[in-house]
Amino acid sequence: MIKELHKKLIAKEISAKEIAESFLARISKIDGELKAFITQTPELAIEMAKVVDAKIANGEKISLLAGIPCAIKDSILMEDIRCTAGSKILEDYIAPYDATVVKKLRQNDAVFIGKTNTDEFSMGASTENSAFGVTKNPHDTTRVAGGSSGGSAACVAADEAVVALGADTGGSIRLPAAFCGVVGLKPTYGTVSRHGLIAMASSLDQVGPLAATAEDAEIVFQAICGKDEFDATALEYHYESLQDFDLKNLRIGVPKEFFGEGLMPAIEQRLKALLQKLEDAGAKIQEISLPHAKYALAAYYILNTSEISANLARFDGIRYGASITRDSKLEIGNLLDVYLRTRGQYLGAEVKRRIMLGTYALSAGYYDAYYLKAQKIRALLKHDFTDAFSKVDVIMGPPSPFLPFKIGERAQDPLAMYLVDLYTVPVNLAGLPAISVPAGQVDNLPVGLQIIGKALQENMLFAVAKDLEKLI
Amino acid sequence: MLSAREVQHIAKLARIGLTDEEILRFQKDLGSILEYFDILREIDDSSITPRTAALPLQNIARQDIARAKDAQEGQHLLEMAPATKDGYLKVKSIL
Repeated sequence: MIKELHKKLIAKEISAKEIAESFLARISKIDGELKAFITQTPELAIEMAKVVDAKIANGEKISLLAGIPCAIKDSILMEDIRCTAGSKILEDYIAPYDATVVKKLRQNDAVFIGKTNTDEFSMGASTENSAFGVTKNPHDTTRVAGGSSGGSAACVAADEAVVALGADTGGSIRLPAAFCGVVGLKPTYGTVSRHGLIAMASSLDQVGPLAATAEDAEIVFQAICGKDEFDATALEYHYESLQDFDLKNLRIGVPKEFFGEGLMPAIEQRLKALLQKLEDAGAKIQEISLPHAKYALAAYYILNTSEISANLARFDGIRYGASITRDSKLEIGNLLDVYLRTRGQYLGAEVKRRIMLGTYALSAGYYDAYYLKAQKIRALLKHDFTDAFSKVDVIMGPPSPFLPFKIGERAQDPLAMYLVDLYTVPVNLAGLPAISVPAGQVDNLPVGLQIIGKALQENMLFAVAKDLEKLI
Repeated sequence: MLSAREVQHIAKLARIGLTDEEILRFQKDLGSILEYFDILREIDDSSITPRTAALPLQNIARQDIARAKDAQEGQHLLEMAPATKDGYLKVKSIL
């Protein structure tokens, strides 16, 4: 879709302003119900589109992303625009600077149309933990869009944006992509800068693209990846598409642990049928084992909450964001009172739950049993993947054990919500890249296929994803 | 299930003020999640070296140079705080 729009822009068949206006009109029409956006930025979008039109009029060369309507997850900072991370504590927070990924998209003249809904501080799998309402699934508005980057997935699926940025800590790009029937990439840890991403779990967080096609996601990924002096974990990395890829030479591993108990049978059938098509097309498929996969979810939630308990200490009512001290009518005691009441009042239930779990896991006497043990599981998992990738080029499986669920269905049971992440978290623990691509439908709802690659082999994932689109 | 005292202790360490209803809810929630974590006890981890990061990066540094977008940047950041005095953040007394 990006390349088609680009051609039309260059040929002056359509202007960037017209593109922006048509997407903004679509947002005005449907987002009242869909709630993909927390903040819309129509004036900014028109202003940015006009700059692109001026460049075209001047005969300047424009980037592929120039004039392309792009939505940004509301946990990623965009200068002078409100950034809530889905939380009451940042309801009035105006970002003082651009995230590196936003700056890079700006340099490519992408057009920013708004900030998308997310579970509070990205903690959730349905956007039901957002302080600003639930994003509906465009395929069935009684169901969730997935999360935490649910707004980003829904806005692409509903044609409110061409592409969107999300962030994935344990599945937060791949799961909503699967639920909404779009493509979502969680890149290798370190390929994309985290500077300006409001941190959840810093050793796991990674920004990535959501788009309608693998090609569009690839164009965005290419634009946002690379070294950044403001993120010490950002690698020297230059993306290049894979040339001479042939499905016939592809070795696909299918982990038996991902097709066991817990996976909805209709999803299993759908994915098995797709694997058969790949085999018919010449790919070699073999069963593999990730023996420690069943421990990944527990290890993930220990590490995730431990890092959260440290990262979210910054929301203390003193430097920025909501604070009970802003209310002159309140009687406030000492500093401890400021912390307790600000965090008690402005953080949501899931955020409190995770901060406390992490605090517990790191507290005296429990460190070895939880945090250290989880880091050891991480080593075992990494080893599982290394073993598997000595035999195969990519690993395929479901991104989610079930179909998009009804709004409210899992909201009351935190553990039931955590189980949504069963097949996505091992990838984050190992720092690997993985993409979720549409794999057809079951009961008129989208099903995704997760493709996991070797570290830094995003180009392999995109090559496979593009061929797969032709098979579906 | 955790005791109310345990939840209160964790909440204090985490600097989160909880209502009585929240304490009750978290006793149950945290209890069931911690129970789920027990699955890790199945693994004998005595000979495993823990892994703290996905990538083997070391000593990534940059020049330590003060920078500001413009002369007002510091002032803008200070203005985000609820209370300041003479260019410092102002906080309530500790005691």
